[in-house]
Amino acid sequence: MSIASTQQKGFWAILWDYLTTVDHKKLGNMYIAAGAFFFVLGGIEALVIRIQLAKPENDFISAGLYNEMITMHGTTMIFFAAMPILIGFMNAIMPLQIGARDVAFPFLNSLGFWLFLFGGIMLNLSWFLGGAPDAGWTAYAPLSIQSPGHGMDFYILGLQLSGAGTLMGGINFLVTIVTMRAPGMTYMRMPLFTWTTFVASILILFAFPALTVGLFLLMFDRLFGSAFFDVALGGNSVIWQHLFWIFGHPEVYILILPAFGIFSEIIPVFSRKRLFGYTSMVFATFLIAFLGFMVWAHHMFAVGLGPTANAIFAVGTMAIAVPTGIKIFNWLATLWGGSITINSAMLWSLGFIPSFTIGGMTGVMLGATTADYQYHDTYFVIAHFHYVIVGGVVFGILAGLHYWWPKLFGKVLNEAMGKIAFWFFFIGFHLTFFIQHFLGLMGMPRRYWVFLEGQGLDTGNMISTVGAFLMGIGSLVFIINVVYTTVKGEKAGNDPWGDGRSLEWSISSPPKEYNFKQLPLVRGLDPYWIEKMEGNKKMTPAQPVNDIHMPNGSILPLIMTIGFFIASFGFIYQVDNNLWLIALFGGMAIALGSMLARSLVDDYGYHIHKEDLEKEVD
Amino acid sequence: MTENTSMSKLNSYQNHKSKEEMKHQVITFALMIIFTLIAFYAVAVDMDKIFVIPLILILAIVQVGFQFYYFMHMKDKGHELVALLIFGGIWVAAVAILTFTTIIWW
Ligand code: HEM
Ligand SMILES: [Cu+2]
Repeated sequence: MSIASTQQKGFWAILWDYLTTVDHKKLGNMYIAAGAFFFVLGGIEALVIRIQLAKPENDFISAGLYNEMITMHGTTMIFFAAMPILIGFMNAIMPLQIGARDVAFPFLNSLGFWLFLFGGIMLNLSWFLGGAPDAGWTAYAPLSIQSPGHGMDFYILGLQLSGAGTLMGGINFLVTIVTMRAPGMTYMRMPLFTWTTFVASILILFAFPALTVGLFLLMFDRLFGSAFFDVALGGNSVIWQHLFWIFGHPEVYILILPAFGIFSEIIPVFSRKRLFGYTSMVFATFLIAFLGFMVWAHHMFAVGLGPTANAIFAVGTMAIAVPTGIKIFNWLATLWGGSITINSAMLWSLGFIPSFTIGGMTGVMLGATTADYQYHDTYFVIAHFHYVIVGGVVFGILAGLHYWWPKLFGKVLNEAMGKIAFWFFFIGFHLTFFIQHFLGLMGMPRRYWVFLEGQGLDTGNMISTVGAFLMGIGSLVFIINVVYTTVKGEKAGNDPWGDGRSLEWSISSPPKEYNFKQLPLVRGLDPYWIEKMEGNKKMTPAQPVNDIHMPNGSILPLIMTIGFFIASFGFIYQVDNNLWLIALFGGMAIALGSMLARSLVDDYGYHIHKEDLEKEVD
Repeated sequence: MTENTSMSKLNSYQNHKSKEEMKHQVITFALMIIFTLIAFYAVAVDMDKIFVIPLILILAIVQVGFQFYYFMHMKDKGHELVALLIFGGIWVAAVAILTFTTIIWW
């Protein structure tokens, strides 16, 4: 198998390989590539929004199109850019960090990827099929019920597809971490990125069902004449807000915790010190996850839940600042007295600390119920969540890309371009969003198509737009860097940073398809570092070289997904014409048929034989 | 020789363990049937609602506990994580239901 892969393969063979792969590293790369594509789409939408808001009473786009832009920007960035890229990292890196040869359910992993991808495609097809969703990424009822056309239906079914994929991913990671750790890899020896993957997966497991339920109710209201959220018929539209935010608040932690994990990997490596307060980092991660489920109503302070409910949720919200603070201090203490290398990965990490802290601070301000009546639905909120999402998650993704690029693709990204991209993006980011705090405090509401002249909002908005373009330039430089590196970059060794601490740096870059020829013996936290300190070049193996069992690739996940994809169109259009029921049932038949095929046909995988393994250099 | 005796000791220890295990299983199974009978009986003899509803709920909760701890082995070693996840899920659901019942529905 690996011998065949060194021979030249034709384009079709490679394509087939990717369509059928169940290898966690390939799937990880596919997640990252698809996420990057959606990130560019969402970025273009952001620029359109900023152009529209560059000057007062602008008419760059129409009001309706503006609503579609903000909805698609938010939905795309959260569900199809940030989350998939993080899941890509989890896929590609986490099994390496715990010394596993793959994830627990490789087939499910591939199904999860295809569901996510086709969900994203579904959502974006709405642009060409009569208009995109336009009720905001939060899809509040009754607006989302009354929104004409099929835009919101694409939102519902697109998210339902990709949500199912995400749920599968989360379960898969949990089982992988619980059951597939290498000998000696106890829980308290796991790297922080593995820990945050674990906790984020728990959050996925508990939070996504709330979204699924909410989306089903919304779908029944829109497509099958029910009235869960229709007040006129005895429904209750506030229930949607609850269901959405019971999911929505944990969702922001699903995004930020893995980013925290990435920084907790990078900072020790480039400070040449072990992570300060490892145990408290793990504890803080769990505490954030626990509290994260008890604060969702801070998005609903202005709904009128009553003072008691508001007060309870306000206290919970402010409590989250404590574990987050623990983490910030631990990173600072890790840096303290370290021998620090500042490269691109480290720049993003250092830029993250103050940026995210500002976002956390405004978060506590928003958590103060009474004050929130003033801030709610203004640009202050926009500033807040971009400080945490861009300053936290996007910085984390970019840091992680620089840090793990050699492991994923075998080449080191260009440092000079990395730094240029950072400075453009960092300055642009603060220009765009810092001023928005003040715009919000001056009363500029969010989600408005235009603002009026002479209200003191002109300059601030112009500055914000200029900043957005600087971020655009930064992103472009990064993309150029990727192309340049792919064509010209030097090959990276196993441990390109020289100071790698965790297991992924002990194997080749990119790793062989079986990752570890012999499972490594883990003797403590930062296992590879321990071996290096004792003068060993490699991990001590925990087993002799033996045959390795591998799963077979399969096209079934893709076929299943296409089935659900077709069925989704059937659901959407059967309200217009009953003939679409054919698509509904046909699609379901394809999906269920391939499930049946999967269950009935035994697939035992194959073995890579000991003799072949011994021939390979590592 | 010494090896043999220690092996047979180990065996008798394990035999003893599985006997104990079996006993527990049978007892919980019997208890669960009795609980169910009590629940039916309470409804059949038309006792006061105020009494019957909490009784049935308490019996139900105890039965769920039996199910988890005895039949699904949560009492055994190595199930801490499973317990953490199950109680986490129960907690999340409970908070949501509490909120719904206090500030939305009534
Ligand atoms: C190039 C960088 C970005 C720029 C210039 C930008 C700009 C904007 C603007 C102008 C809005 C509209 C505010 C309104 O009037 O409602 C917005 C909303 C939003 N953005 Fe961004 N954004 C960027 C990156 C991101 C990223 C990376 C994420 C998430 C990962 C994100 C998530 C959101 C969300 C969730 C909303 C709310 C959408 C809604 O309420 O409908 N943004 N952004
Ligand atoms: Cu929140």
